[in-house]
Amino acid sequence: MSSLDRSDVARLAALARIDMSDADLDRLSGQLAVIVDAVAKVAEVAGEDVPATSHPIPMANIHREDVVRPSLAQDDALAAAPDAEEGRFRVPQILGEEA
Amino acid sequence: MTAIDWTRATAAQMADALAAGEVTSVELVQAHLDRIAAVDGPVHAFLHIDAEGALETARAVDADRAAGVELPRLAGVPIGIKDVLVTKGLPTTAGSRILEGWIPPYDATVTRRVREARMPILGKTNMDEFAMGSSTEHSGYGPTRNPWDLDRIPGGSGGGSAAALAAFEAPLTIGSDTGGSIRQPASVTATVGVKPTYGGVSRFGAIALASSLDQLGPCGRTVLDTALLHEVMGGHDEMDATSLDEPVPAVVEAALAGAQMDLTGVRVGVVAELSGKDGGFQDGVKRRFEESLDRLRAMGAEIVEVSCPSFEYALAAYYVILPSEASSNLAKFDSVRFGLRVEKSTVEKTMLATRAEGFGDEVKRRIILGTYALSAGYYDAYYGSAQKVRTLVQRDFDAAFAQCDVLVSPTTPTTPFKIGERIDDPLAMYLNDIATIPANLAGIPGMSLPSGLAPEDGLPVGFQILAPAHEDARLYRIGAALEASLTAEWGGPLSAQAPELEVAE
Repeated sequence: MSSLDRSDVARLAALARIDMSDADLDRLSGQLAVIVDAVAKVAEVAGEDVPATSHPIPMANIHREDVVRPSLAQDDALAAAPDAEEGRFRVPQILGEEA
Repeated sequence: MTAIDWTRATAAQMADALAAGEVTSVELVQAHLDRIAAVDGPVHAFLHIDAEGALETARAVDADRAAGVELPRLAGVPIGIKDVLVTKGLPTTAGSRILEGWIPPYDATVTRRVREARMPILGKTNMDEFAMGSSTEHSGYGPTRNPWDLDRIPGGSGGGSAAALAAFEAPLTIGSDTGGSIRQPASVTATVGVKPTYGGVSRFGAIALASSLDQLGPCGRTVLDTALLHEVMGGHDEMDATSLDEPVPAVVEAALAGAQMDLTGVRVGVVAELSGKDGGFQDGVKRRFEESLDRLRAMGAEIVEVSCPSFEYALAAYYVILPSEASSNLAKFDSVRFGLRVEKSTVEKTMLATRAEGFGDEVKRRIILGTYALSAGYYDAYYGSAQKVRTLVQRDFDAAFAQCDVLVSPTTPTTPFKIGERIDDPLAMYLNDIATIPANLAGIPGMSLPSGLAPEDGLPVGFQILAPAHEDARLYRIGAALEASLTAEWGGPLSAQAPELEVAE
């Protein structure tokens, strides 16, 4: 497995919606490359015959009756919103100028 | 005759004194608020203090007690809550600037249980941002300092919860443990912390880091106090799909039984890979560990050595699984519904700017790492492989527990290090949790309790006990026995030996 370089980190940061300055990329890229190289070790022992474990304790799905129960009131849900209007979350425009 | 300093009492003693009418809850809460005012400036265990709310709960408990109302055991005993748990009406940040000033509209299940137990909530304790860290240096609000030496880290991510106990600012606190965030801070502050079996405590309302690893747990200065809080927190909750539908283990009973100091017939396994035989463990840590083994032996336990070869890969697997799950969990911080918004011309630019400003470096590192591990072409090599390692770690534990009742190791390889020493070296920081991470991968319960001070630096050393899933009670039995043996020699709890903190005017 190959290590991460600066352009990989820039691409991943964009995917993860985190703006990165040149200084951020300089600082984090080197550290991330070291970490990725260290964790690549997991592939060494992961043989074909070993099943994957996603969850530490075996569990079954749970169900409940499909009945209405009290939940968060609209005002409470909107109380901490950075911006709200007419009972809804308000966001800046979704499409950029180029769209 | 001088007045009793109630902040030095155990939670069990406080509960008994309240029941006997020797003290009021208002007096207990005020004593702790005064202590916080006196020492928390430099310690910085708390992010938010709710003096009025705590006193209001205390007054109501005192009034009910005076009226003869039957009350829960810990009613009136104050508590601190890690800022990872949402608390209705109280600011909750998870140590992140992206949640600065957020007031949750609901209570976590554990918060509700604390309120139902009538425990006054002193405030919210500091933590590494979103619980990512082993030193509390990654808090967005400045580090917590170790009361044993203010130049040193109190562990992390729950450094605030541990330091609050060690500084006598609270008798009980709540923590969360994803890779050691309860046990490692307990180890470096000479306090007790337990990570219950995965699913033993509801995660509803705990701000998620890595959902398949996270577990909330109790922190105290004694094993019995920790057990009392465990029984308040634990139990089935239909609001958490991973909550175990089974009774809370009888941990208080186990702690009381353990204090009888009889471990006849108990088989204790020493994990070769975690006992420092291959180096990397401080001399004084190994020495205190060996002495504790001698004590267990003297109480009748049989000590056996076991090998868990896959643990060599546990740290790497953890640092694939955790960032993968975290990158997904933290996607909700999108500037839309709550938390910070850095307004730009479009919603995408707003998200990019908000997350850049709101998240600290460690959070950014882990989100990017997780995004990478989950991306097409790399998923099998990283995430898929890490899940296989998880199976191998579980098999190692199964084989080990076939030979013994509990496993033991030092909790951390070293005593607390200096603030700033490892902040620029993420890998060195990750190694702090080498002994605690395997339990999270396997979902099993673990405890750390004090085993003494390292002779070379006079700083706390922790002893870790691990038990099979659902067998949390074993931790308390063995832990209480070791604690009783050690405190008999020390003439009291190790926490009493912490240096006096300078008191602010």
